[in-house]
Amino acid sequence: MSDADAPGGSASGPSAGGSEAPESATAALVEAARESDLGLVVGTLLAIYAAATLLTFTDGLNSVVGLLETLTFLGLVYALTALALNLQWGYTGLFNIGVAGFMAVGVYTMGMVVRSPDPAFGPPGLGLPLPVGIVAGMGMAALLGGVAALPALRLKADYLAIVTLGLSEIVRLSLQSSAFDNFLRDTIGAGTGGGRGMGMPDNPVRDLFLVDGQAGTPTAFGDLVFGVFGSDGLGISQPILIGWGYIAVLAAFLVGFYLLLERLGRSPFGRTMKAIREDELVADSLGKDVNLVKIKVFVIGCALMGLAGILWFGSQGNVSPTPQFRPLLTFYVFIAVIIGGSGSNTGSVLGGIVFAAVLFEGPRRVGGTVRGLIDAQTPPSFADAVASLDPVTFLAYATENVAPLQFVFLGLVLVFIIHRRPEGILGDRIETAAAVDLSERPAGGESDE
Amino acid sequence: MGTTDSSIVDAARARPGLLFVVLLAGLLLVDLAAKLAGVGLGPIGGSLSVDRLGSNLWNGVVIGLVIGLAGIGLSMTYSILSFANFSHGDLVSVGAFSGWGVAFLIAGLGDIPVRALLTVRDAGNASPGAIGAHILTTPGAILVGLVAAFVVTALLAVALDRAFYKPMRDRDGISLLIASIGAALIVRYLLQFGYGSDRRGVTASVDASNLAFDPLGLSVNAHELTILVAAVGLMLAMHGMLQHTKLGTAMRAMADNKDLALITGIPAERVVTATWIIGGGLAGASGYLYVLLRGTIQFDFGWLLLLLIFAAVILGGIGSVYGAIVGGLVIGVVFTTSTIWIPSDFNQAAAFAVMILMLLLRPEGLFGGVTTA
Repeated sequence: MSDADAPGGSASGPSAGGSEAPESATAALVEAARESDLGLVVGTLLAIYAAATLLTFTDGLNSVVGLLETLTFLGLVYALTALALNLQWGYTGLFNIGVAGFMAVGVYTMGMVVRSPDPAFGPPGLGLPLPVGIVAGMGMAALLGGVAALPALRLKADYLAIVTLGLSEIVRLSLQSSAFDNFLRDTIGAGTGGGRGMGMPDNPVRDLFLVDGQAGTPTAFGDLVFGVFGSDGLGISQPILIGWGYIAVLAAFLVGFYLLLERLGRSPFGRTMKAIREDELVADSLGKDVNLVKIKVFVIGCALMGLAGILWFGSQGNVSPTPQFRPLLTFYVFIAVIIGGSGSNTGSVLGGIVFAAVLFEGPRRVGGTVRGLIDAQTPPSFADAVASLDPVTFLAYATENVAPLQFVFLGLVLVFIIHRRPEGILGDRIETAAAVDLSERPAGGESDE
Repeated sequence: MGTTDSSIVDAARARPGLLFVVLLAGLLLVDLAAKLAGVGLGPIGGSLSVDRLGSNLWNGVVIGLVIGLAGIGLSMTYSILSFANFSHGDLVSVGAFSGWGVAFLIAGLGDIPVRALLTVRDAGNASPGAIGAHILTTPGAILVGLVAAFVVTALLAVALDRAFYKPMRDRDGISLLIASIGAALIVRYLLQFGYGSDRRGVTASVDASNLAFDPLGLSVNAHELTILVAAVGLMLAMHGMLQHTKLGTAMRAMADNKDLALITGIPAERVVTATWIIGGGLAGASGYLYVLLRGTIQFDFGWLLLLLIFAAVILGGIGSVYGAIVGGLVIGVVFTTSTIWIPSDFNQAAAFAVMILMLLLRPEGLFGGVTTA
């Protein structure tokens, strides 16, 4: 939390006047962190780590590191997905609320391509190598994105929203369907597993630590890591250490996504995207092929969503269409983008991290901790809690049922941001397209006819 | 501006799609006829009893009426406030829970604790049979519940408007849409917090509640008949209001051209409030009726229904009240009769597909244009 408090402290520093030099040094550091996007992201992450450590340090190092691992994983996957969405919505103004569907297509295609043709349980797959599966997953998501782009060419933003939502529900219902599963098994020899879902292929990161991913048979590298951090060293459990290994992979992908999108945003293509967002008619009048740009953006964005889906759900052991790919997932990602400010890549990363920690995982942990402190029976229902007329009993009910309250909080945050700070934390930064700085006009320019 | 040119190009572009849809519809009709006649011609044909088709159609009409009723409000808020309201589905749920709480209170007061009744069986362990809410045994309770559903939901809709939408009246549709997603989350999960998350039975079962119509081979449930009467009654009232009252004229004017309406001195805020009262109230009533039809309730059923309601509204032409009703009927019938051709896992997907096709081929909907007439 100290990092989060720092800007406030340094702002009051100069006026206090006392110890000038160290205060200004902190202020300079904070200023530098604000200037640099990386510093901002790392600072936020450190603040979240500090808060998480405060919440769990009594339970020992293992649970602290475990919580940090969960928060970092969620933060990174939300950041990845938010970046992909930011390309479509933030840069080009395409209001796609079918994110869950594109992620589902990506991860399911990957699973169907990579799974063994004759598995011990679950649907059969094609048995191809993992990289082929990842490329196929991205390809299918991109293909679906291309199909979804067709309505985008003709429809207003709110219609497009409904179409993409409908499309993502069609995807989910299809994956849920056992008839579709059987049809795929008969035609291409790989199934979806219907409502039960399918197990995901082995994570290569796990194989880095364990021979064939089997617990109890560490590789040489695994031996080294487990020896230093594991039960013989710091006492951190093996799954958490492997989780951190995967986080390194996710972080590498995040950097890749970020660089790709920044590069894209600054290119002539990126300027066309922004022009379409601001005024489609103007972009069209200037001879830009608006439709082609929209299709390309949809295809690229959806491919990235597919990849994010693979990196996220592909590492979770098992995927199933419901509830994992409900539209709620899309709204989570949207909230992450909105918090960060649509149109800003750094904002998307920051929004993903803040959303995952503060809005998604935070309330559950805090609720659980508070519930542990209350010494009262949980009433079976809200009406019983109210009828008990006992605030402690009511609090016990509220903290036991913190999940719905968390969504209410999420809704309130969403409405608050839209009301007060529609540009998000970072917002749409000033993007100069002109060669000279146009923001500084000579005085009296308004009277100029 | 060359609009005639582009519309011709659009029409030309739309034609192959339209042709495809017409051909598909023709094929399905031929197939249906072959199925009814019991002849199999290769892939098409098969067997289908007239009774099954009849009951499919009837079920589709009943569900369609409920969806259409809910769609009226969605269509009105779209045309008058110019945004797609994603919290509409949760207004449907609110109507169901509040209405059934009141209906239970009247039907079961005395024998069963009030908290079990008001929370629609979340607290306590009273069975639906013990409460005995059914149109044939407790018609008064069902009717009062319908009124309560309308009133409570209308009040909530106005409150949501004051709290969330009014401060951003001048903002663009997407901002309002996002705010409505926030409102939807708030309402839905407050419902879960207050009423619990489990799906549970609501209506009691009563012997001899089926009325058979022999010549048509239809078996009509008393609750389905209630829905038919209530929904058609509310729709007619809506029609009368729109066409024959000052408020209705003002609403149509606002929907047609907001600036012009404001210039002529229409009190915009009052019309907006009336829109929320009527639209929200109808949404609540439709949720109440949907539970009467299905017999079960769950905190997020309205949200799950929302996309079907959108499909209905888009099909009829977003902004048109009559379009919403017709669209609801079409979506309802597609929803139930599509199971003749495709597995029942896909009936919802079929309804969405019809919506997407409609948007691609004729975005203005069956009735076209943004008018509340």
